[in-house]
Amino acid sequence: MDINFSAEDLAFRDEVRDFFATEFDADTAHKLSGVQTADYKPAIVSWQKKLNAKGWIAPGWPKEYGGTGWSATQKFIYETERGAAGIPDVVPFGLKMVAPVIFTFGTEEQKARFLPSILSSDDWWCQGYSEPGAGSDLAALTTSAEYAGDNYLVNGAKIWTTFAQYADWIFCLVRTTKDMRKQQGISFLLIDMKTPGITVKPIVTIDGKHSLNEVYFENVLVPTDNLIGEQDKGWTYAKALLAHERTGMAEVADSKRMLRTLKQRATEEVNGGEAMINDPVFQLRLSDIEMELMALEYTELRVFASMAGGGMPGPESSLLKIKGTEISQAIHELQLQLAGSYGGALQGVQGDLSSDELGHDYAHEARGKYMYGRAATIYGGSNEVQRNVIAKAVLGL
Amino acid sequence: MNFEFTEEQTMIKDSVARFVRDEYDMDTRRKIINSEEGISRDFWNTFAELGWLSVPFAEEYGGFGGTVEDLAAVMEELGKGVVVEPYVSTVVMFGGLLAASTNSALKEAIIPTVIDGSCMGSFAFAERQSRYEMADVATTAVAADGGYRLDGEKTVVINGGSANKFVVSARTSGGQFDHQGVSLFVVDAAAEGVSVKSYKTMDGQRAATVTLANVVVAEDQLLNAVGEGMDLVDQVMPSILMALSAEALGIMATLNSITVDYSKTRQQFGSPIGSFQVLQHRMVDTFMSCEQAKSMLYRSLCQANECAADASVDTTEFMKSVHALKVTMAKAGKHIGEEAIQLHGGIGLTDELNIGHFVKRLMTINVTLGDRDFHQKKFNQLSYSAS
Repeated sequence: MDINFSAEDLAFRDEVRDFFATEFDADTAHKLSGVQTADYKPAIVSWQKKLNAKGWIAPGWPKEYGGTGWSATQKFIYETERGAAGIPDVVPFGLKMVAPVIFTFGTEEQKARFLPSILSSDDWWCQGYSEPGAGSDLAALTTSAEYAGDNYLVNGAKIWTTFAQYADWIFCLVRTTKDMRKQQGISFLLIDMKTPGITVKPIVTIDGKHSLNEVYFENVLVPTDNLIGEQDKGWTYAKALLAHERTGMAEVADSKRMLRTLKQRATEEVNGGEAMINDPVFQLRLSDIEMELMALEYTELRVFASMAGGGMPGPESSLLKIKGTEISQAIHELQLQLAGSYGGALQGVQGDLSSDELGHDYAHEARGKYMYGRAATIYGGSNEVQRNVIAKAVLGL
Repeated sequence: MNFEFTEEQTMIKDSVARFVRDEYDMDTRRKIINSEEGISRDFWNTFAELGWLSVPFAEEYGGFGGTVEDLAAVMEELGKGVVVEPYVSTVVMFGGLLAASTNSALKEAIIPTVIDGSCMGSFAFAERQSRYEMADVATTAVAADGGYRLDGEKTVVINGGSANKFVVSARTSGGQFDHQGVSLFVVDAAAEGVSVKSYKTMDGQRAATVTLANVVVAEDQLLNAVGEGMDLVDQVMPSILMALSAEALGIMATLNSITVDYSKTRQQFGSPIGSFQVLQHRMVDTFMSCEQAKSMLYRSLCQANECAADASVDTTEFMKSVHALKVTMAKAGKHIGEEAIQLHGGIGLTDELNIGHFVKRLMTINVTLGDRDFHQKKFNQLSYSAS
């Protein structure tokens, strides 16, 4: 048993590390630190364009469409280095969600039409899955698309649509045929956000910020050319997408970095003259999390090693999302606890207060991450749904 | 990167698994633990014939030349059968210390007898007051006539009643809690002044209180330099903890699979109880605990290999992993054990059902060589400090 990388892989790691260190500058880092500010979109697009210029924007794509051609090991190293450097992932909706569906199930014409602008980040995509009446029970969706000659007529509403306010396109699951089993009769449709009849309504979240939206469709005409694959087979394509999405949800490298930051802050934060890192109760809370993360790191390595060996990931892969999100939430929680009473401070009444005036520099961030971080165990298949999946697929219940 | 056992390891692992499956059913085990000695000498000879007793010893002493990974492979399978024969006390602990000893004459004399099954051994370290601190040694060894005279009392000596020889920690200098000044002696169980009171433990095994009164031990029975016994203990302890953890892993995986199987057949309210979501989620949680525990074991094993390959590697990260491993095993063991009982319902509380025997072994492993709190404190000391 060992976790040694080959000399070539280590050289690749150094190359990635160097690239991140030189290209991800402090200004970009600052602008991307809060995802819900006005700076966010131009900053992330500009960063993604840099990645594209380097040829590293789409490690998950086949080489013929613009992928990197990396081995499983190289992809793993790249993701690990990204997380460790504190670099946000690319916006997933185009690059990691709709693109795999297009290059797997789309026509040649659709590939030529959509993939280049996803690679170049010139088109921003959002995901139209959840609905007010279809959350964890996604197949209960009711947004309808009636076949009308060269078009579908779409009516309904989507919800929790991240960054719909920036989006040029939305990929949607819509119901094309009623009275079938609920997973059947669903189609996968690509819709131009500029089409008349689409309204985007912001949802302000518990952290006081705006990244989520409701998207309403009222008699929206969508050309049938924008249908992926066959009508009524959309559920199959969506499921394939989820499988694509599932690997790498543990985000161990990100959690390790957050834990490092937390420990550093705990050496500076004092109570009664003693650093919090020396407080035995705080140490227990910290090590409970750290040990879980140490184990998860190796669970992730086990999954990766079986994939790198050309095999399928074993049953342990199914716990990555649950444990990964539970651990990141636990880190956020302890971070907020460490911020003490400053965690509750909101913005100033007459303009923002500086961190100096506030008396604390990370409290805002800690609160925001804790509050919005509650989403992690809800999205991507809630952790309860994940448990249902494991019970069935792994335990055979 | 690789998390597979080697072909050789898989062979020995399979051979232990076959033994457990074909010869060590729970009825056989019940008969053994209720016998006078509480172990089967016949099976012990089988272990010797199959080469399992030679795993940690160097080839020059007739051993298998195995690593801690080999030991873990054997222990995981022994765990699945909650095997009570003294593999931990004789091979892992007594044998581990012997294998690391610098006294080659002593090794030449004893190791072959461990390998052929004729010598059982145990490490007598604990004392009434010592709890989990190995260096808290009040037993004394005073120089006398070219040797030492040992006086004191050792508690919870695992399989002490079956042991032919003990490794005894005794103080040759320093204060009661000093790391320096503890020496390790091989003491013959039949030596004058040694008395052994054996008792049953809840996991179906045996332990003993060993009293040493004026026991004369020759100088050539020292495992390493006088006063430096704790260095040897510290050197061997990670392997012992990893081996015990591998045993725990085997037990936990078995408990989980027994429980899931039971939930598929037990009918209540007209359905198998495994169809109820509230129980499904609890079983998913125990599955995750077991996988995380396995990952922690693999982490420790990988780092052990790294440290073994290069003596200049800083061992702090490795030691953090080993302490975290013992904590993880304790937490997962408690979680999985308690859930196994709960999901079985009333039948889970009976002596007749097997799961209780697995649970009690996990409970014993938790308190062997430091419980969860002890190791979490050690982990915290290594991990967190602000100057």
